[in-house]
Amino acid sequence: MEFLFYMGDVFTPINFGLLLLGTIGGLILGATPGLSPTMAVALLIPFTFQLEAAQGLILLGAAYTSTVAGGAVSAILLKIPGAPANIATTLDGHTMAQKGQGAKALQISFLASAVGGVFGVLLLIFLTPVLAQWALAFGPSHLFWLAILGVTVIGSLDSKSVVKGLLSGCIGLWLATIGFDDIMGAQRFIFHPALGGGINIIAALIGLFAIPQVITMFAKGRHNDGAEVIKVQKHPISGAFRELMRSKRALGIGTATGSIIGLIPGVGGQIAGLVAYDQSKKFSPDREKFGTGHSEGVIAAESANNAMVGPSLVPLLTLSIPGSPTAAVLLGGLLIHGIFPGSDLFDNHPDVAWTFINSMLIGQILMCIFGLYVAGLAARVAQVPQSVMAAVVLGLAVFGSYSVQSSMGDVYVMASLGVMMYFLERFGFSAAPLVLGLILGPIAEANFIQGSMIANATDGMAPYFLGGRLNILLIGVVVASILYSGYMELRTRRYTSKEEIIA
Amino acid sequence: MSAPSLPRLQHIVGSGIVAAVGVVVAYISYTQQPSEAFLFPRLIATVFVVLALWTFAKACLGWTKVGNGISGRQFANLLPGLVVALIYIFWAAKGVGFYTATTIAFFILLSLYDPAPHMALKSWVKRIIITAGFMAVMYGLFAKLLNVYTPREVFF
Repeated sequence: MEFLFYMGDVFTPINFGLLLLGTIGGLILGATPGLSPTMAVALLIPFTFQLEAAQGLILLGAAYTSTVAGGAVSAILLKIPGAPANIATTLDGHTMAQKGQGAKALQISFLASAVGGVFGVLLLIFLTPVLAQWALAFGPSHLFWLAILGVTVIGSLDSKSVVKGLLSGCIGLWLATIGFDDIMGAQRFIFHPALGGGINIIAALIGLFAIPQVITMFAKGRHNDGAEVIKVQKHPISGAFRELMRSKRALGIGTATGSIIGLIPGVGGQIAGLVAYDQSKKFSPDREKFGTGHSEGVIAAESANNAMVGPSLVPLLTLSIPGSPTAAVLLGGLLIHGIFPGSDLFDNHPDVAWTFINSMLIGQILMCIFGLYVAGLAARVAQVPQSVMAAVVLGLAVFGSYSVQSSMGDVYVMASLGVMMYFLERFGFSAAPLVLGLILGPIAEANFIQGSMIANATDGMAPYFLGGRLNILLIGVVVASILYSGYMELRTRRYTSKEEIIA
Repeated sequence: MSAPSLPRLQHIVGSGIVAAVGVVVAYISYTQQPSEAFLFPRLIATVFVVLALWTFAKACLGWTKVGNGISGRQFANLLPGLVVALIYIFWAAKGVGFYTATTIAFFILLSLYDPAPHMALKSWVKRIIITAGFMAVMYGLFAKLLNVYTPREVFF
């Protein structure tokens, strides 16, 4: 119950103000199509430099939580998911809005998000310290395999092509080696003076997530994409609450599914929402109503994608393996403040760790309260033309990456990586494994070098890195995740081919 | 034998570039000294080059299933914006001054992609107001709140 000891820290004027700012801002950003939670958090990181570590994390954590929930506003009122996590919400949410139940859909979506989110954060509170203590038993070889596991799991599970996902991870790991080597001081892959200090993680994160989005908006050209917002009639909140109580099954399935999926590194909220929607439909006696504006569909999807948020931070805070791309960006936010996840975080910086986690708990409640009031404003922001969004995001990306170290080199790196990532995405590569490679690369290399020194002084490389129960288990998980993803990719392709033949 | 279709050709070129980078990375990793500093890059480069060549071979054989490439229309749409953005980032921001360059780039991009009619005076007034509002927010945030000193150069 250590978390209760630090609960008061969330309510200091600055911390609570930042929590409010992150929550309201996140709700609005989340409702904006094209601004994904990952990109929103990446663009916010430069604003946290001048804050203390806990304050910066409160802002980022609140934005993470509420952008996921805010995406439901545009999903319901515009039929445009604010984030990939809200795809399942459009299925019933928008139909409800078309039937004149927009307010009810928004209310149950925020209430379900809050229930799922609070449960997810409670899991985070109770699982994290236990796993962090367990992580103490890890030696350099285990930490090396864990870093590789983080890259391969996201590379294989988060990508449509396993080979391209793993290749993206390799590109990220290589990019992480650019600059001066820590031990020998040797220059590695410094093709331009801007790369002398290596690739700055924050500039890279901004470039990899924001610039491809800007270019995608450019690629759409001059067209009017302002979808019409469905007007919302008043609906009593008590009615939405009763509806939620009546849909305990959907709420339970959504919350449980989201929590479990969040714990698996690499599997994002998009999958959580869709799986929960599907399972809720299967177990519902009114399954034929799903897709026709049934509230259970919204409840299952929204409780799942917010329940995923807390557990996705468990592997991040204990083992340095982010559970989602946004969690990977949060890892970058931790590292810039010199804080390393794992037992070090809870032993040496318990105030930072617990204030951050507690703020996420309070943030879920604030998100629910403000969500209901900000929804109308957020829907209007969602109508901002893509031309304005593209120019705003580009400006923020340039200023944000420059402000990291007041270096034009970082701006050049940000732009180069961003343009490269846009074209790579067009060819089926994805940004998440590349980012993971870039973030986990230094951890993998440091432990590989340390491990090889120990190995040379003892049994040799192969027994040290490939022997022992834990090493074998980790290697097994790496191989299993790749094989499973490969199998799923083949199955999906075979299924798609059959459908094409039938059509 | 027919010429490869546009996406296939794009996949060959795209994966070819990635494979070439992989080969260069592997070459540098295995030839540069001190070898101890390149121990980890060698490990990565080996996997990198194998996966990149595999992807390239698949693209050449027409087996690539993922990634739609870029259509001519998309490329024509994105090109002006990309050129403006690259000039802004790689030259104007440092050469002209951060705020001046951002103002000009923002206004050009807005005008290029805004669906509002170019002949209407109202559209231009709206664009000017949006640009001025955005720059005021950026100046307030970065110059006043975060105290970030940006290159001023010729102008501001």
